[in-house]
Parts: sequence; C-alpha cells; structure tokens
Amino acid sequence: MSAVAASAPGAILPNRRGVLGAVSDVFWRRPMMLVFLLLVPALLWLGIVYIGSLFALLLQSFFSIDEFSGLINREFTLKTYAELLRPQNLDVILRTVIMAAAVTVASAIIAFPIAYMAARYARGAWKAVFYLGIMLPLWASYLVKVYAWKLVLAKEGILNWVFEQLHLTWLLDAWLSLPVIGGNSLSISYTGTFIVFVYVWMPYMILPIQAAIERVPTNLLDASSDLGARPMQTFWKVIFPLALPGIVAGSIFTFSLTLGDYIIPQIIGTSAFFIGQAVFAHQGTAGNIPLAAAFTVVPIVIMGLYLWMAKRMGAFDAL
Amino acid sequence: MTAAVSLQRVSRHFGAVKALDEVDLDVGEGEFFAMLGPSGSGKTTCLRLIAGFEQPTTGGIRIFDEAVEGVPPYRRNVNTVFQDYALFPHMDVRENVEFSMMLKKVDKTARAREAEAALEMVKLGGYGDRRPGQLSGGQRQRVALARAIVNKPKVLLLDEPLGALDLKLREQMQDELKALQKTLGITFIFVTHDQGEALSMADRVAVFNLGRLMQVGTPEEIYRKPNSRFVADFVGSSNVLPPAFVHNIVGERRWASLRPEAIHVIRAGAGLSTMSGRVVSRSYLGATTRLGIMLKGITLNAVVPSAEDAPVEGETVTIGFAREALHLMEAEE
Repeated sequence: MSAVAASAPGAILPNRRGVLGAVSDVFWRRPMMLVFLLLVPALLWLGIVYIGSLFALLLQSFFSIDEFSGLINREFTLKTYAELLRPQNLDVILRTVIMAAAVTVASAIIAFPIAYMAARYARGAWKAVFYLGIMLPLWASYLVKVYAWKLVLAKEGILNWVFEQLHLTWLLDAWLSLPVIGGNSLSISYTGTFIVFVYVWMPYMILPIQAAIERVPTNLLDASSDLGARPMQTFWKVIFPLALPGIVAGSIFTFSLTLGDYIIPQIIGTSAFFIGQAVFAHQGTAGNIPLAAAFTVVPIVIMGLYLWMAKRMGAFDAL
Repeated sequence: MTAAVSLQRVSRHFGAVKALDEVDLDVGEGEFFAMLGPSGSGKTTCLRLIAGFEQPTTGGIRIFDEAVEGVPPYRRNVNTVFQDYALFPHMDVRENVEFSMMLKKVDKTARAREAEAALEMVKLGGYGDRRPGQLSGGQRQRVALARAIVNKPKVLLLDEPLGALDLKLREQMQDELKALQKTLGITFIFVTHDQGEALSMADRVAVFNLGRLMQVGTPEEIYRKPNSRFVADFVGSSNVLPPAFVHNIVGERRWASLRPEAIHVIRAGAGLSTMSGRVVSRSYLGATTRLGIMLKGITLNAVVPSAEDAPVEGETVTIGFAREALHLMEAEE
C-alpha cells in the first residue's frame, strides 16, 4: 500500500517544459488576457478600418466643393446636405428607397412560403437540396447572374419567347405600356431592375426566415393546438410572430443591399440614377467627394431609422 | 362510475417500433392518475394519444364516452401541461393564460378576470405583465398550469410536470398539484418516470414498460403486490427472489418480491435463528441504513434504522420476515 503511494504522482505535477507550457499556464491564470488578445484584431479592424473610414466619410460630407475651381473647401458647412435636397438629387433618393422597399416586400412574400416549407417539412436529403438550391446562386459571380438576367429580360430574350409561346405577349405589352414601371423592354425598365434585385437578394431573405421558423419548438405548436387554435390560428398567433425577427433580419439585408447597389441598376433598367450610382459618379468623374459622402450618409440614416422602428415594433423581443 | 378516458386495445406503431402495444386502460372521473415507466415505455405516447397529437394505429380511445378518432387536439376538451412548459415566448404571462379565451373571442374584461383567477389559483397573482423569460422554472411551471386549467378542461394531462424542478420545489409542487386537483375536481392524468412521485400523488398508478401496460392499481397495491419482476424492480427497491430461493421458503417455485423494510435483521449474538447471512455492503441513508446481506448465493437488501450498533460489513446476521411480506408474483418472468 505505502509503496504504491510513494510512486504515485504528487498533487502538483512537474512543470510542462517549454515556452508553450508556460504560456498556457499564464493564460489559464488570466483568462481575460486571452480574450483580450483574441479581440485585438477584431477591434483594430472594426475600429480603424471600418468605424474610422466611416467617420472620415461623415467628415467629408460636411465639407463643400467650390463650384468654379472644383476644389474641396475644408470648412464645416451644411451646404452639401442642402444640395442633397435639390429636386434631381431628392429624386435619386426617393427612387432608391421606393425600389428598396418594393424589393423587400416582394422578397418577404416570396421567401416566406419557401422558408416555411424548408423549415417545417424538408427532412434529410430534401433539406440538403433546399440549401443547395438557395446557396448555389450565391456561389456564382454576381456579374454573371446580372448579365444572364439581361439576356433573359431582353426583347429577344427567353421571357419574351415564353410569353409568345403562351400567347400572352399582349399581357407583357400591356405591362410595359404602364407609365414609370414600363418601358421598351423588361431589360430597360424599372420592372426589370426590380425582378433582378428580388432574384439576387432572395437568399438573404430566405435563410434568416427559415432559421427563425426552425427555432420555433414543435411543442409550442402542440400547445397552441391543445389550447384550441386551428392550424391557421396557430400560424398567425404563434408561428408568424416568432418568425418576424427572421423577416426583419432578412429585410435588413434586402433593404440595405438594394439601397447601396450600383451595378444592377446600371446594367438593367432605365438611365435614371440610384443612390449607389450617384455616389459612384460624384466621387469619380465629377470629383465631388463631399456630395458623394452626403449621398452615402442617406442609406446609413435610413437603415438607422429602420432598425430603430423595428426595435420599437418589438421585432427583436423574441430573440 | 363513467370512465373519463378509456383506451381499448390501443396500439401506436412508429414503423417497426411498437411505442404502445395493445393497451387497455380506464381512468375514472375525478381521478388523479399516474402513468409510470422508464423512458421509451410508452407512457408519453399514451398521453399524446389522449391529447390528440398522435392517432392510434389500432384500437379506440373514448373520452367521457365519446369516441375521439380523427378529432384534432383543438376540438378536444382536454388540456396539457407540457414537460418544458411550452409557454409562448412572444406573449406575457397574461396573454399566455388568455390564449385559449382569446381564440374563443371571450370579451376582454371577462378574459382578464378569468386569467387573473387562474393565476391566483397557482399563486402567481400579479405576475401577468411578466414575460416567460423573466420567470424561474417553478413559476413557468405554474403559468403552464394556469394556462391549462383556465379552460376548465374535462381532463388535464401533465407530461413530466415536475421533471425540471429541483427536489425541494418538486415536493412543494406535488402537494400543490394534489390540492389543486381536489379543488377543481377534474381528472388529472400525469406522466412520470419518478416512482416516488407516482406513489405519493396518485390515486391509481399504471406502470408501463416497452410499450406494454404492466400493472394498474393503487399505489399500495403496486408497491406491496407487484405482479411482475419489472414492477417489483421499478417501483421502490425490492428484493426480487428467484424461484429456487422461494421454493426453500414456501415450497412453491415462483418469483417473489420482498421489500427491504420487511426484513428484520437480528444480530448474531441475539441467539435467534431463522436464516443467516453475511453483511456484504452497508450504505448510510440518514434515518435508515441499507444493508446488502449475502445468503444462499443471493444478495438481499434490507433497511434497518440507523443506530450506532447497526451491523457492519463482514458481520454475520440473522434475518427474518413475516410470510405475508413475501409476495409471490403471477408472471413467469
């Protein structure tokens, strides 16, 4: 008995040799130090690259441009923001916001049933098929997809051909003859821009909704039914409110991505500018960095308001 | 007495798995009925069949003499308290309790009054404005209870209602549930894997194993006269004696159960002798001490009062028990 005790290891094991051992010991005694070290890169990135550049941008928007010399006047002024309110600039903002809102609403309406089916009914292999179907378009280049859509929507494109085969050309023509949203062909109308936006951002709407619905425990549905709710009542009183944060999360994506995009409206749609295009044009050829900066502040403010409203509506309460 | 719930040869199969196999069961009106069994025994399936979340593969279920085949849960006058409470996280406590009345379009003031009364009944008066997330486990349990009884259902189903609570709270809730059942006078059917809970709370207990109903009876019947090795083993702790051993005592080759507390342990020095064995294990349980006594090739568990001179390991002791304490079981296995 005593011989065994003598050869047994002590309560404190000998030190693990080497630097790594010593470092492990230090981190074990001061776990906050490890957390701090892990946070540093993230903080540097967020602090300098992201917040820093955002701040620089904000600063630029309070400068102004001398209209004759084209030089930037580095004095605090709200002149640039006043310029933002000129009819042609206000038009750009309004056009973009309406488009973003329409795209968001349409995405939510189309995405919900898809997400619902995937979350509640798809199992095993079907689930994999669903994820592939949703994610696959995200793996292809965004430009390729947009140009593909240009071909689909063109006057000689597939969509026109399909309408022709179905003897529905009159319907398409009637749509295109509508003011504002119509045009010569789908690929050079707001309708075309809208369709492509909805298509391109759809995965960002489907996935958060699907995740939200999936997180609703089945026993809540049992409980609802047990308490006398018919399936439709269970849907509106239990599933939908609990999926709402997912819809809001998805809408943040679709709304902000549409607000900021400058490629889709350039390739598909009318020649009228969206915010992104305006920023691109002002900071590039026009050299009006302050106005470009002021334009960029618009989506930031709108998104801020949007999140604030969503929070007030209690969209994040069930998170 | 009309049966509140009656199961006639009910089976529920999931593919090849017989979750419930040919169960016949009657639960009387106003009874506090426990369904006891280990996990996978079919007790929860049985509850879900009564609630209507599952449909029987074969057999019929009647609730207050009405056949409920094809009747969805939302048309059954039966409510359930779920194991993990299943409170709606996006509603406050009052809205949770009012949920069923809201669906029935009961007017707002009546709704609020009923909800408050139900919350009072579970001692949560004034908690209406809280969210489920702000409540402790025990309080959530009470909200789930209030939400279920506010409808005054014909039958209240409780699925492991106390499973997630700590011991002290569980004992307190056991008493409260019993008191509540007496006040309301409605039939309670509750599922549990805790035999102590089943014995202390229920008027009658049904013991399930592997999808089959093993025995139904009062707690005393189940405890003192288990009909099978499974029941003897699962309910309380018992000495299950093999036929060869029993043959030596009563001359019958049957399995038998002998409860540890029925065994008298006499110190060898006392000069008495009925059967003697050696103490091979000893666990101190507080008021009592459990002894493992080896005799004739088997180990019997005996419970004796804890005392300074309780037998120690290795000591030879003599045991005796009343003949009535030895219960011969019908089942062959």
